[in-house]
Amino acid sequence: MAPMLQSSQPWVEKYRPKQVKDVAHQDEVVKVLSNTLETTNCPHMLFYGPPGTGKTTTALAIAHQLYGPELYKSRVLELNASDDRGINVVRTKIKDFAAVAVGSGHRQGGYPCPPYKIIILDEADSMTEDAQNALRRTMETYSKVTRFFFICNYISRIIEPLASRCAKFRFKPLSEEIMSSRILHICNEEGLNLDSEALSTLSSISQGDLRRAITYLQGAARLFGSNISSKDLISVSGVIPQEVVQALFAACKSGDFDLANKEVNNVIAEGYPVSQMLSQLFDVVVEADDISDEQKARICKRLGETDKCLVDGADEYLQLLEVASNTMRALCNMPQEFSFES
Amino acid sequence: MLWVDKHRPKTLDQIIVHEEVAQNLKKLVTEQDCPHLLFYGPTGSGKKTLIMALLRQMFGPGAEKVKVENKTWKVDAGSRTIDLDLTTLSSTHHVELNPSDAGFQDRYIVQEIIKEMAKNRPIDTKGKKGYKVLVLNEVDKLSREAQHSLRRTMEKYSASCRLILCCNSSSKVTEAIRSRCLNVRIHAPTEEQIVKVLEFIGNKEGVQLPSGLAARIAEKSNRSLRRAILSFETCRVQQYPFTSNQAIPPMDWEEYVSEIASDIMKEQSPKRLFQVRGKLYELLINCIPPEIILKRLLFELLKKLDAELKHEVCHWAAYYEHRMRLGQKSIFHMEAFVAKFMSIYKAFLIATFG
Ligand SMILES: Nc1ncnc2c1ncn2[C@@H]1O[C@H](COP(=O)(O)OP(=O)(O)O)[C@@H](O)[C@H]1O
Ligand SMILES: Nc1ncnc2c1ncn2[C@@H]1O[C@H](COP(=O)(O)OP(=O)(O)O)[C@@H](O)[C@H]1O
Ligand SMILES: [Mg+2]
Ligand SMILES: [Mg+2]
Repeated sequence: MAPMLQSSQPWVEKYRPKQVKDVAHQDEVVKVLSNTLETTNCPHMLFYGPPGTGKTTTALAIAHQLYGPELYKSRVLELNASDDRGINVVRTKIKDFAAVAVGSGHRQGGYPCPPYKIIILDEADSMTEDAQNALRRTMETYSKVTRFFFICNYISRIIEPLASRCAKFRFKPLSEEIMSSRILHICNEEGLNLDSEALSTLSSISQGDLRRAITYLQGAARLFGSNISSKDLISVSGVIPQEVVQALFAACKSGDFDLANKEVNNVIAEGYPVSQMLSQLFDVVVEADDISDEQKARICKRLGETDKCLVDGADEYLQLLEVASNTMRALCNMPQEFSFES
Repeated sequence: MLWVDKHRPKTLDQIIVHEEVAQNLKKLVTEQDCPHLLFYGPTGSGKKTLIMALLRQMFGPGAEKVKVENKTWKVDAGSRTIDLDLTTLSSTHHVELNPSDAGFQDRYIVQEIIKEMAKNRPIDTKGKKGYKVLVLNEVDKLSREAQHSLRRTMEKYSASCRLILCCNSSSKVTEAIRSRCLNVRIHAPTEEQIVKVLEFIGNKEGVQLPSGLAARIAEKSNRSLRRAILSFETCRVQQYPFTSNQAIPPMDWEEYVSEIASDIMKEQSPKRLFQVRGKLYELLINCIPPEIILKRLLFELLKKLDAELKHEVCHWAAYYEHRMRLGQKSIFHMEAFVAKFMSIYKAFLIATFG
């Protein structure tokens, strides 16, 4: 692919660090990899942690820094969930790539060019266990001439025999300070104004996920111009206005089923994501000081069950109505058991 | 041509109900670095209309010159080759498709076809934009696997390709995808906004629309613009000149569901259950989605029930709809709901009237 004009890329890509040393907040891995750049020694690696914390960035950066643009294609294989990584592909594609010998380990064009290839398996937690097992052999057979980088959100989804062969690094959610400093850097480059309230809103709604923060920032900048307020950011983030959540909660408190049903219908018609509603309702319930712990427990139990149902693909309206009905019954001390069930 | 299509606004400036969103979208595409977009909101709220107008804003009238293609893709799935039939709608600047049509094989659509499309730069050099657009409909119906497969494609080829995703429930779109897009919520229009659109169409068609009738159509539309425009046209066919209080014909299937509700309130017996099964089949054969039938049935029942029963019945509706998602044959679960309702209702009648 021909290199594109920088400016046509979304900001998330535009501001992706190109060098390992520019990856923020993940000091441990940065230290190890900086060392790699000097000695060219590199173990197999496993990066895990929540989204938007720099895992993919780090793997791509070290690969580029080791080989440079010329050799990158022949030395680095990046496979992610957008590739078929069924067991056959693992057996053939990775093997074919690993089997072709690399030249000697001489520096070329200012890049270290160590005498091994790198195979990056991004989003490795979506690989089946069978495919992972097939990988064990390949890893052993070609251990001299390849280094594997596994990247995933959940380390528990990587089978033990693979994980135990790697140096593991946990990528931490970015702290508010680091987030703020990256965001301010982008604001500077793009000529944006963000007051301190907006800055702290952005850090808190993104919950340590810098990708989200950058996406929101760009959205707000494009929609509302270069002076961005806290409200602008909330409106692009999909957070539901507190009045809407309160209205639903109040309807549940009223004990009037039809009123609650009306509010539920409204939430759906307004297009608010029910999963988001659940988490905001959760906050309201937990913080309320006029309801008992038992009531809270009853409501939260249902919230948990509903979350699972939504993940299974259940209908949003029916699920939210069920939550509203349960919340109402808990708040109004109606019995937990139904009367007419046989 | 039906009025819903004939009077669909073509440009962002002509948009009536989501004016603010439309103006925002206009600003968004003035720069080259537009992010991926995710449009979400209820059906008939105007998502498709906005997306089409946005494409026109990006690429000019050329975006409207679309051709429909049916193609069979041969996809290499490791040990075997599978054939995937896919319908696409494309101009020189964009391709629109519905990847969830491939059912459980949707992952291959994302891994092979979408990735292929995303990789290739647009051929058109005169075009204003250095990228092309892929419009993916109903992304909420994509399997988890397929959604995961989309993640890295969205990053890797973002220089040559922008995605516009469209869905009803954004809860069903994974966090990973949502966080890679600018999320655009399209709320269902209010009744007043619907009246405005109806009046606009009435004007264009040169028909006299009494405001009482417009308001009633809007009220019955359940805040769906598409539905309101369709009823408006049906009213026009059934009786013109209009009167304020003329009947607004309900949808056939809704009447049918309302009959089912009456049936099961009147009699609770195996015989009745059997009859109702026939009616449910009839609805399914006519391609009414099972969850829509179930929700409508609940709606009809709630209108007639005592408050204490409402909680119980809504619980079982949610329960069986969830089971329906996990299972394969939706009729089983719909029937189970009906049977459950009969049993509860009978117990209630006995407790109340002896
Ligand atoms: N630790 C970090 N330092 C600097 N930028 C980061 C960091 N983490 C994430 N980002 C920013 O967020 C975007 C997504 O990061 P990425 O490495 O793809 O996340 P993931 O951990 O999900 O693979 C990058 O383009 C970059 O702009
Ligand atoms: N902003 C609008 N102004 C006027 N009419 C609209 C507008 N948006 C939608 N419509 C009408 O409503 C109908 C349904 O809208 P559509 O965009 O297909 O909804 P969705 O994609 O959300 O299901 C369209 O055919 C069009 O006639
Ligand atoms: Mg990643
Ligand atoms: Mg639509």
